[in-house]
Amino acid sequence: MSHPNPAAAPQRTPLFESHLACHGKMVDFAGWEMPINYGSQIDEHHAVRNDAGMFDVSHMCALDLTGADATRWLRHLLANDVAKLTTPGKALYSCMLNDEAGVIDDLIVYYFSADHFRIVVNAGTADKDIAWMQSHLTGFDCALKVRRDLAMIAVQGPNAREKFWQAFPDTRTHTESLMVFQGAILADRKNWLVARTGYTGEDGFEITLPADEVAVVWQALVDAGIKPCGLGARDTLRLEAGMNLYGQDMDETVSPYDAGLKWTVDTKDAARNFIGQLVLATRRCDYQFSGLLMLDRGVLRAHQKVITLLGEGEITSGTFSPSLNQSIALARLPAGVAIGTEVEVEIRDKKLKARVVKPSFVRHGKPV
Amino acid sequence: MTTPTNLKYAASHEWVKTEADGTLTIGVSDHAQEALGDIVFLELPAVGRVIKAGETVAVIESVKAASDIYAPVSGEVIAINDAAVDAPDSVNADAYAAWLFKVKPSNMSELDSLLDAAAYTATF
Repeated sequence: MSHPNPAAAPQRTPLFESHLACHGKMVDFAGWEMPINYGSQIDEHHAVRNDAGMFDVSHMCALDLTGADATRWLRHLLANDVAKLTTPGKALYSCMLNDEAGVIDDLIVYYFSADHFRIVVNAGTADKDIAWMQSHLTGFDCALKVRRDLAMIAVQGPNAREKFWQAFPDTRTHTESLMVFQGAILADRKNWLVARTGYTGEDGFEITLPADEVAVVWQALVDAGIKPCGLGARDTLRLEAGMNLYGQDMDETVSPYDAGLKWTVDTKDAARNFIGQLVLATRRCDYQFSGLLMLDRGVLRAHQKVITLLGEGEITSGTFSPSLNQSIALARLPAGVAIGTEVEVEIRDKKLKARVVKPSFVRHGKPV
Repeated sequence: MTTPTNLKYAASHEWVKTEADGTLTIGVSDHAQEALGDIVFLELPAVGRVIKAGETVAVIESVKAASDIYAPVSGEVIAINDAAVDAPDSVNADAYAAWLFKVKPSNMSELDSLLDAAAYTATF
């Protein structure tokens, strides 16, 4: 986890007081004072898997991109290709690479029209992301606007959408036909963006709305029976879903190919010329990104050494999975280690057994 | 949060209870379990191991992180709590009922350097 400016006081989202009212245990996360849990992170985890939970994700940063060259610029800036977005509101996950094909950040971009996009980047990387983007605007007719006037709530779980509609019945007609990874702008709700996206492996919405009304909306969602969930549960949920965390599973020293993100790099249009493309084209895949399922008792953690017959690897994220009741991890292993292989993980003075699996453990409430 | 006054505490958050037979029962404080969050794994010392005050003898893993448990006194480990190993969340439920291990102390005077409840509470 990077801390952009350790000396500065942590920033607070517009929901800070709401977290205190919900007994949130506040910690410093990437320079933001955020709730790690509101009591038990395991209870919060299960609420999302089985019912409905919600997260304050206002520390993430929304950017609006407008202008005639918006599409052309994003096709240069991002490793995934926004040209495949043609349905208004449709979202795309992409890495933003540096010239050496290291990952500057992973982000979501929403398409509204060929000259209008919304980009959402991580909290800890927002400043460097914006600087990088600004430095690459020269020669393109488009402009970026940082939207710190907006807040974001993610409601997640099998009952999340239904409970959200109970709290805000007027939004149902505009949002019930949304496809997965698609959002809608609600004009009669001060341009809320309600999108069927998330970071948990469950159905739900991410709602982007004006910061000055987010506390009232949060309370209405609490009243509708959506459980406030902290960053602790967010991490176990995303890990079970096999989703990468920036700064842990990849960073500027790692190519998307070595972080299990090859599926997000679109090389179909050879003429596109995106940043990092040349380096990626000549890159061998030395590593594979895999899941690990602990067979012995113990908890897998980031940076533990993995011993395989093909050489050593490293755990990039590890935790205890509340859904599976055993420890799981994402790991960078030497290329060629087969799914199903048993490997050893060095934990303190012991070598414990784990099995190599596909990097996805739980989706839609069920073990994969 | 509770801090029973009949126990002694180490600044590193272990509690120590002196039993009638002179052996010591050791666990982690309620304050510690609350700070750790949901506990999912305990690694306890082998029975028979001779431990020195201050050395790492056990590990508690919560969902969040792994934390070392230090020997508050020197001596020999004479028992570990298998029930707590099987149900690590029992430490969250009652940190004073869910003891971790028992020690036959080799130097009773080490107990004097431990904190009473008031002094321990003052450390946080």
